[in-house]
Amino acid sequence: MSAETSSSSAIGDVEGVSLFDVDHPAPVIEPPRKRTDKTPKGSRTNFEMYAWLFMRLSGIVLVVLVIGHLLIQLVLDGGVSKIGFAFVAGRWASPFWQVWDLAMLWLAMLHGANGLRTVINDYAERDNTRFWLKMLLYTATVFTVLLGTLVIFTFDPNIR
Amino acid sequence: MATPTLEKTGNAEAGFADTPYITATFRIRRFNPEVSDEAQWQDFQISIDPKERVLDALHKIKWELDGTLTFRRSCAHGICGSDAMRINGKNRLACKTLIKDINPEKPILVEAIKGLTVLKDLVVDMDPFFQAYRDVMPFLVTKGNEPTRERLQSPEDRERFDDTTKCILCAACTSSCPVFWNDGQYFGPAAIVNAHRFIFDSRDEGGEQRLEILNDRDGVWRCRTTFNCTDACPRGIEVTKAIQEVKRALITRRF
Ligand code: HEM
Ligand code: SF4
Ligand code: FES
Repeated sequence: MSAETSSSSAIGDVEGVSLFDVDHPAPVIEPPRKRTDKTPKGSRTNFEMYAWLFMRLSGIVLVVLVIGHLLIQLVLDGGVSKIGFAFVAGRWASPFWQVWDLAMLWLAMLHGANGLRTVINDYAERDNTRFWLKMLLYTATVFTVLLGTLVIFTFDPNIR
Repeated sequence: MATPTLEKTGNAEAGFADTPYITATFRIRRFNPEVSDEAQWQDFQISIDPKERVLDALHKIKWELDGTLTFRRSCAHGICGSDAMRINGKNRLACKTLIKDINPEKPILVEAIKGLTVLKDLVVDMDPFFQAYRDVMPFLVTKGNEPTRERLQSPEDRERFDDTTKCILCAACTSSCPVFWNDGQYFGPAAIVNAHRFIFDSRDEGGEQRLEILNDRDGVWRCRTTFNCTDACPRGIEVTKAIQEVKRALITRRF
């Protein structure tokens, strides 16, 4: 039996000079965003519950919308090669596909944005970083949703 | 700090062909802030009966090889919850893990549980963990006058929360949760298990308050159903299921 004492300093009994001793211990590594008795209490809203439910419900609807979308765009009737201005114009002439694409746009954007909000909550440590990342995310989401909605409703097939 | 006397025992054993002893390597994550700001792996080779537990190996190392090795243990029999540690990458109680069950052919990795501040070697600061526990009010809450006899409960009502009464607050579940690793504000599985124990107790009247606490942004909705907690629990509690039952109670309360 033997203890393999390695030469470097983390274990103890170093001959050389150590920067740390009993009176000057090294800093410990704290976990991110530790809970203390000063951690603020809840906001008493149901927002997180609705967000959680929305992820599941929008997910179910998205399965149908996205798979249908991929089939029509990429597989059926000649695949991608058929996609062009005329193809898009033809589909958006029908209110059915307008509603389909509108629902897909809104659901996927809100679902994806809420998913990224979760990711930010998980990984961004400093309150400031969290705040600005979320502001960037919400701005991008609102911009994309509004622009997409505008295009679906104001699309003009006779544009030159 | 190998002692020559130990070699002698080794020779004595060699005389018997079917000695139960094997030589196992324990690779332990050491950290001592009074010496260095960096943690480091250290190997210890010991001869030990594989039917013994990791805790016995740690004792052997501490008592015979290196007295500075620091870890917590009290009962040594899976009751007190002091010795949860990460053994070969999985959270377990050292006192409930047999060496033969974790492949002693290879070095056995032992390190502190994750997501809490390491104070020395395998000892972590449990304050944030117990803060989350306190924050869910883990005690009986009742209204009105105290009854003159004990508060009775049917066997079915007792059965409803039986699983979550078994928790020993070892923190194996909470410190195995990736959400907790990244954000210590999350209540974590252990706090939710102990809230569950009272939420579903027919004698308790504080359920609504606890549900409200777990409905907030650091509550049950942060759970991603990873099942790490259920895998880690040394008491075999279905932790993820308990969390899910709290989520369901919150949803059915609103709709
Ligand atoms: C096709 C059907 C889809 C289904 C069934 C679905 C389902 C889900 C569910 C249930 C969650 C929550 C996971 C959890 O809380 O642990 C989730 C998260 C997420 N989803 Fe979707 N989703 C779909 C499509 C999409 C699309 C199109 C996007 C992108 C626009 C997206 C982006 C995300 C992101 C970013 C997250 C967060 C990831 C995380 O929590 O780690 N999903 N999805
Ligand atoms: S639920 Fe299991 S793993 Fe979590 S603290 Fe309790 S006994 Fe330990
Ligand atoms: S020492 Fe008490 S649970 Fe392991």
